[in-house]
Amino acid sequence: MGSDHEHPHVHDHPHEPIGHDGEPAAAARVRALEELLVEKGVVTRESVRQGVDWLVSRSPADGARLVARAWVDPRFKERLLADARAAADELGLDAGPSPKVVAVENTDELHNMVVCTLCSCYPRALLGPPPAWYKSLPYRSRAVSEPRAVLAEFGVELDPGVELRVLDSTADVRYLVVPQRPKGTDGLDEKALAALVTRDSMIGVAQPRATEPQLA
Amino acid sequence: MRFGPGQRVRVASRSHAGHCRTPVYLRGKTGTVACVHGSFTNPETRAYDSDGLPEQPLYGVVFVQHDVWPAYAGPSEDSLVVDVFEHWLEEA
Repeated sequence: MGSDHEHPHVHDHPHEPIGHDGEPAAAARVRALEELLVEKGVVTRESVRQGVDWLVSRSPADGARLVARAWVDPRFKERLLADARAAADELGLDAGPSPKVVAVENTDELHNMVVCTLCSCYPRALLGPPPAWYKSLPYRSRAVSEPRAVLAEFGVELDPGVELRVLDSTADVRYLVVPQRPKGTDGLDEKALAALVTRDSMIGVAQPRATEPQLA
Repeated sequence: MRFGPGQRVRVASRSHAGHCRTPVYLRGKTGTVACVHGSFTNPETRAYDSDGLPEQPLYGVVFVQHDVWPAYAGPSEDSLVVDVFEHWLEEA
């Protein structure tokens, strides 16, 4: 900021910079931007609050419902893979404001994995806020250049005979992975199946298990 | 639409000042159109107080990983799908 800026009070006294204790630099930047945008009338504090409220109210449970329905109903799966927004509508789920949502299916021959190398594009309406690692520079760069090594770090050892397809969501499409239904789940109903579908499995960095792994 | 599924395309190797949704790692790389997503506003102008019109066709383009990263360590079948706007694509 230059010395010629308009200022509501006179600088005739020394003081420490007026800060927010312990606030990270990125948060300070966002706060400054928000203040400017409010001042210019681009957003209101209420609209920002509503946006944050909406985002944190979303959860991967919605995406899991789509996947579980696709596991038990092959015709629904076809519709989900053809048009994920319309399929979400069928279950009364909101696919969000992104122009297009695409569901991709993992099979014995193909494993899909999603990244946004340019920022953090993510199907937030169906999965909730993205995990911190999804937004991190190491994931964003390594997921495209050495995805098998990244998968291995997540505990997924992909067979060399399985094609690994990385989807870089660079523009107006948000991708949701439909993971493979785990073996040994024939007796489970749709609700029990949905409980097995994790957030990470819908990003494509994990595979659902018949039972949650127990920590040693 | 200038391109259709199955067509070979190359991402322009030009540079771009300002906001742009074509990753630098793909510039000059050749792939195959997998699908046409439709047309969407242009992020390169929309980022600068414009309505982003006219809309630009957006393609899902599939690349062979070994074509993108010469030192790629995985199998030759591994692929990368990236959404690229038409004005960044050339016939290959």
